[in-house]
Amino acid sequence: MTNSPILNVEDIHVIYDKVILGARGVSLVVPEGGIVALLGANGTGKTTTLKAISGLIGAERGEVVDGRIHFAGRDVLQSAPSALVEGGLVQVLEGRHCFPHLDVEENLRVGAFAHAPSRSDLQEGIERIYRYFPRLRERRRSLAGYLSGGEQQMVAIGRALIGRPRLVLLDEPSMGLAPQIVTEIFEIVRRLNREEGVSFLLAEQNAAIALRYSDHAYVMESGRVASDGPSADLAARDDIRSFYLGMNMEGRRSFREAKHYHSRRARE
Amino acid sequence: MDFFLEVLIGGLLAGVMYSMVAIGFVLIFKASGVFNFAQGSMVLFAALTFVSLLERGFAFWSAFAATLASMLVLAWAIERGVLRHLVNRPPITLFMATLGVSFIIEGLAQLLWGAQVHGLELGIKDEPLEFGGVLLSSFDLFAAGTAAALVLALSLLFSRTRIGLSLRAVADDPLAALSVGIRLQRIWGVVWAVAGFVSLVAGLLWGARLGVQFSLSLVVLKALPVLIIGGFSSIGGAIVGGLIVGASEKLAEVYVGPLIGDGLENWFPYVLALLFLLVRPAGLFGERAIERV
Repeated sequence: MTNSPILNVEDIHVIYDKVILGARGVSLVVPEGGIVALLGANGTGKTTTLKAISGLIGAERGEVVDGRIHFAGRDVLQSAPSALVEGGLVQVLEGRHCFPHLDVEENLRVGAFAHAPSRSDLQEGIERIYRYFPRLRERRRSLAGYLSGGEQQMVAIGRALIGRPRLVLLDEPSMGLAPQIVTEIFEIVRRLNREEGVSFLLAEQNAAIALRYSDHAYVMESGRVASDGPSADLAARDDIRSFYLGMNMEGRRSFREAKHYHSRRARE
Repeated sequence: MDFFLEVLIGGLLAGVMYSMVAIGFVLIFKASGVFNFAQGSMVLFAALTFVSLLERGFAFWSAFAATLASMLVLAWAIERGVLRHLVNRPPITLFMATLGVSFIIEGLAQLLWGAQVHGLELGIKDEPLEFGGVLLSSFDLFAAGTAAALVLALSLLFSRTRIGLSLRAVADDPLAALSVGIRLQRIWGVVWAVAGFVSLVAGLLWGARLGVQFSLSLVVLKALPVLIIGGFSSIGGAIVGGLIVGASEKLAEVYVGPLIGDGLENWFPYVLALLFLLVRPAGLFGERAIERV
């Protein structure tokens, strides 16, 4: 990966409500055409970082108080989300956030409006999304609120992709989904990356799958980047394996034990 | 039987008038979650501006156009000047803000046009018409027709246009709408403008019915039971709620009134709304959250 970066985040600090620190000194780079993963447990600042980049942080009374964000060579720190979407940077929110009372096709159409497409371009864009997600075509007239979680994730990703973005910020695409569906979604991410050159920055708690599908990864801890490196290297590192992949030297045992422990606790 | 029908239909037609005010609420509530208490004073402001222009020698349509323009400016000013600064605040803050705005608008209207009562003549004769032995008011029929046209236009706006689809998206999930590049502020501007237009239409009809005076802004209070019964987030609900309120208050007045005393019409809708709150808090057509299990 020798390409120039499409996204360059330098040392950003984010504050919510003027007092609560959300990120303190996050720097990361997404190369043009790359897939970069942002790993870390709950509350380590992954979502905050993504929202700071997409400008959505402002809608939640958050503010980037320090640092720089460059997208495609331009300073975008003060840009409105709509301007960023027009420029080709779009975020898929954690928890999917489909429009529940709109049907699948309406969800996709809304995703395209920022680019003011002609009627035929819009139709073509929808067809293109259906080619990637054939299941959405079958359910085109269903209200998004009644879809399964996996289908909703497809709608959310399709809705972001219909405007042909250059960079997609994916927040927890695996959340609450069955492992098969997760794999299916990551396969589509990889296809979009290879066939259309879309770059991805994805925040994931499921480090195992994120490391498998990304080129480079950053590990976040309490609001800052704790370590980073090529995904293959990180996946081989002992500390990463035990902390994030639930494996120790003997294999996968510890995670399963932890899970048993938790479910036993929950039942009692 | 004819008498019953006459009361019923008269009540339904009168109910349409309530619906017109309620629709203005629904539009703004759906798109921005704001319960706009100032809707009533917008109705008053529209009626008063219109009638004052007529009295100053404007022709009907030029007065209409000028009033519409002033309503758009007013709506834009409220959205831009007050509510935009309160984005993400708790609902009670927004509600209090609109309460304050309603007083400002009333004061402003009084300052501009004076406080006397005006008669408003729309050129529609209020004569009884006879249909199969049932007497109906031609003015009520006209009002109902206007409301029907308004609802049709609004439903076309919502279902057929890009701005309408964006508007429904914003109503569903503002953050998601923002994330796909919809300009929330433009959408809110449009909604307020449409609500301004609706209050103009409501203001003319109510003004012609009651005379243009300050109590006109109190029609907002009759819109409350309509909204509670029909649901706050559905235009169809506003219509049905208005019909229910109109019909039931007239029937109650005529048939129950003699038993327990007159003036039933004034409080009966609130009792009905209270019952609805106990049994069906989201109203008949209120959008309940879609939940998958």
